[in-house]
Amino acid sequence: MTNHWTDIGNADVILIMGSNAAENHPISFHWVTKAMEKGATLIHVDPRFTRTSARANIWAPIRSGTDIAFLGGMIKYIVEDIEKNPQNYNMEYLREYTNAGWLIDAKYGFNDGLFSGYDAASRSYKDKTSWQYQKDAKGIPVQDKTFSDPSCVFQLLKRHYARYDMNTVSRVTGTPQASLLKVYQAFAASGRPDRAGTILYAMGTTQHTVGSQNVRAYSVIQLLLANIGIAGGGINALRGESNVQGATDHALLYQYIPGYLPTPSTAQPTLAKYLEAITPKTSDPRSGNWKQHQPKYMVSMLKAWYGSAATKDNEFAYQLIPKVQAGANYSFIALFEAMEKGTIKGALVWGQNPAVGGPNGNAERKALEKLDWLVDVDLWETETAAFWKRPGADPKTIDTEVFLLPAAASYEKEGSVTNSGRLAQWRYKAIEPPGEAEDDLWIVSHLMDTVRALYAGEGGPNAAAVTKVTWDYGGVPDPSKVAKEINGYDLATGKLVANFLSLKDDGSTSCGNWLFSGSHTESGNMMARRDPKDNSTIGLYSNWAWCWPVNRRIIYNRASVDLNGNPFDPKRPVVKWDAANKKWTGDVIDGFGTTGPTLYPFIMLADGVGHLFGVGGMADGPFPEHYEPWETPARNLLSSTQLNPAAKVWRPQEQGTPDKYPYVGTTYRVTEHWQAGAMTRNLPWLAELMPEMFVEIGEELASAKGIRSGDRVVVESARGQVSAVAVVTKRLMPLTVDGRVTYTVGLPWHYGYMGLIKGDSANLLTPYIGDANTTIPEYKAFLVNVRRA
Amino acid sequence: MAEKAILFDATRCIACRACQVACKQWNGLSGESTRNLGTYENPPDLSAQTWVKMRFVESTEGGAPAWTFVRQACMHCTDAACVRVCPTKALAHHELGMVTYDPSECSGCGYCVDFCPFHTPRAGRNLVSGMGKMAKCTMCTSPGLDRIGAGYQPACVKTCPTGALSFADRADLVAEGTARVQALRAQGRANASLYGENELDGLHVLYVLNDSPEAFGLPANPRVPATAMAWKGALQPVGWALGGLAIVGLALNFVIARRAKFSQEAAAKRRK
Repeated sequence: MTNHWTDIGNADVILIMGSNAAENHPISFHWVTKAMEKGATLIHVDPRFTRTSARANIWAPIRSGTDIAFLGGMIKYIVEDIEKNPQNYNMEYLREYTNAGWLIDAKYGFNDGLFSGYDAASRSYKDKTSWQYQKDAKGIPVQDKTFSDPSCVFQLLKRHYARYDMNTVSRVTGTPQASLLKVYQAFAASGRPDRAGTILYAMGTTQHTVGSQNVRAYSVIQLLLANIGIAGGGINALRGESNVQGATDHALLYQYIPGYLPTPSTAQPTLAKYLEAITPKTSDPRSGNWKQHQPKYMVSMLKAWYGSAATKDNEFAYQLIPKVQAGANYSFIALFEAMEKGTIKGALVWGQNPAVGGPNGNAERKALEKLDWLVDVDLWETETAAFWKRPGADPKTIDTEVFLLPAAASYEKEGSVTNSGRLAQWRYKAIEPPGEAEDDLWIVSHLMDTVRALYAGEGGPNAAAVTKVTWDYGGVPDPSKVAKEINGYDLATGKLVANFLSLKDDGSTSCGNWLFSGSHTESGNMMARRDPKDNSTIGLYSNWAWCWPVNRRIIYNRASVDLNGNPFDPKRPVVKWDAANKKWTGDVIDGFGTTGPTLYPFIMLADGVGHLFGVGGMADGPFPEHYEPWETPARNLLSSTQLNPAAKVWRPQEQGTPDKYPYVGTTYRVTEHWQAGAMTRNLPWLAELMPEMFVEIGEELASAKGIRSGDRVVVESARGQVSAVAVVTKRLMPLTVDGRVTYTVGLPWHYGYMGLIKGDSANLLTPYIGDANTTIPEYKAFLVNVRRA
Repeated sequence: MAEKAILFDATRCIACRACQVACKQWNGLSGESTRNLGTYENPPDLSAQTWVKMRFVESTEGGAPAWTFVRQACMHCTDAACVRVCPTKALAHHELGMVTYDPSECSGCGYCVDFCPFHTPRAGRNLVSGMGKMAKCTMCTSPGLDRIGAGYQPACVKTCPTGALSFADRADLVAEGTARVQALRAQGRANASLYGENELDGLHVLYVLNDSPEAFGLPANPRVPATAMAWKGALQPVGWALGGLAIVGLALNFVIARRAKFSQEAAAKRRK
């Protein structure tokens, strides 16, 4: 989240898209409800009419996987309205804080679904040099603040989305034109400087072959509407687990090491090369370019990891840490493909249940059979732990040795939990874990102690990486000690640093994750603070727990003020520049506390401004462009490029086609169950609420198929089939897509073959393909057929 | 002491059903073994183990789907049929207005089940003998599990994430509910209503509805059945005095049990 949960209550318009917030984040509706009772408009865009839609002022149905067409139409609407009615928009923000007026390289182009620089052989944009600014002799980007130069971003944006007219968008998405217009008008109304619009999204946005660009489309809209950095605004990812934000911050994803530093690769064989690669440069005096400080964070992290074994002379032990192969993919699908091939021989599966939660479930369950060993750490014997005795498997033919380590639940251990609003809250142990269960820290620490003793005794490849690591947690590890290590120390004085401003790249400081520097200081454990008093007028509650970075509750908050440092919206001030005393008041200012509003606000980008045009970074283009899902009933009406041209296709032979599988399938969660279900399907009170695997089918399709509510049906895809109870409903309306009636069926993915209540897993149907940038699987859009069982 | 009540605001409810779970957790009620009957709604009905449940009602409104969520649980009536007919005073009015229930006093006659105008109390009753203890929401005043006496909110209210449920002095909630209904009408919901203000001399569960009570499946004019009035007013005292009237009671019981059986069968048919 750019903002935080409480801040949703400040919004005038709330767009929930790719999220069923009421069902999967019920607490969000504490704040949504407050905002609505102050007059806010709630918009829900979703293929299904859900418990979220039931509360919305406007519900717009959409065919799953066509978000960019929907949002591209909104971009077109807003751009044209800005030209017609600039008084309704924050033109100062657009001019000064985004790259709307910046000129793009003359070689940049877009033709029939492909941006300049595409290499068909590698299915990638090998040459992104044209996705850059024109620069003057000093290296500063050239600007046209009147937005009239045909090479300026505003004009390119206008040209790019000219194809996304209402009629075309409606034919692609299936959304009636009247609904499109209602949504566009309602959300564009948040563009006035004294109005705030927020976007809440979740996996319905990201789990597509264009998932990252779906989020980019939100960025473009929120920048056009001046909604980033302000109270009641922002782009807010509702994270699907209580601590998934913390997990991501501490390097859940293969591309990152803690604090979102890029994972060192074979392209950076020395520390010097790595540091060079993570130090962006700018010649623009108005750009703060915060990432220039990243070498301090990296060196301090190496000091935290290797202590006295990390010295200036040995590149701070950089050679001890593993490097990924440059350009290689280590995502979830890739790991299971490697397992299937036998490249990966052992797996630690920790609090995760891929046999239910992973895509293409049959393939992933089979891949587990190839392992020599599997360690499963969980509260229950999950489907993954029991894959060798799953229905249809013959345990006699499976050689995998499986270890099940019982783990403590959240109430049985102490530590921090970081929620969607980047808020790290310290929690205490309420009760002892049952039986032999231990907390994760205990398990990982004992595992590492044992592995280290083995390496010390027997040696092995890169043994020093293990034997020299700082690992002094003892028999009963103290989570506070870990939290302090993450916060960081001044190694000369032995004192905890106040925040990352104190970190150095000379080996004199240590820090386990720069983002969390400041969370556990000499003043105490900031995450344990529980002061319910709000000293702001906008519900910042700055002394309740602690959020990264440096307790800043709304990030990019420099964008909430004009060039004089006065809030665009005086009713909802986030920060304000006190010119006389040269300081900021309000929320913790975004970097450079003594520098006034002359600085560009988006300090994490080298150019300092919001990217309407994505300079350089994305794998699949500087503007979001609509492509169809891998499996789709429709052809792409916006170009002849059917699929995201940068998405990797893993198993082309498993692609289903609409002649055999005519309906759009999508997966989701319900309030009553959690993720792969072990936590909830084993609890009788929750099991009774949603006792069986079901599939939601619209009344029209059900009637055509002779299916009645409560009937047992079979849903099939090119990869598998599931048995489910039909829930026939008015809430899944058929949509007219390119002139043809298109039906969607929906399946919850919570069920599996273990636990108190059992059922087929929806992920037996889902495809093995992912987003071009992140490889998050396309769980939300695929093709199925439905028949009576 | 001022009377208390629960206010259920249907316009704030997201049907997360945390109330259903919190009720079971606090009151030690077990999870039922259920099937998916083609709806999100479950368990299928109130029971001795399920004292509160959300009903999910699908409809269409101007061509678009609509989905309403209604709380179903004891209404804690002022003129409470169950209190009138209860021969053992297991059901009684709390000084704060809600209808309390002491299972140790319950004889299992089941009259409350049959006379409730909201069809709320349930008993796992043997339909021939008529015996089997009743169970229903006590607004968290059950002996040994009294949250209200301890100064807490009812468990369902405490857990509600959106403020759809609140617990306070009844007079304050009537005022709040009236204001909410006025706001809804101002937003164009002409049929918006506050339910429970005057029904049965005032319910202790009030409903803010963005439509008429009937649209939410609530009876427009709930009444205590005349037979219940007769039972409490005339027959019961006589019955106590004259043990011989037990035969009449048994006959009456038989009639009522038959009626209950038929009505249950009819309800089951309607569900199909």
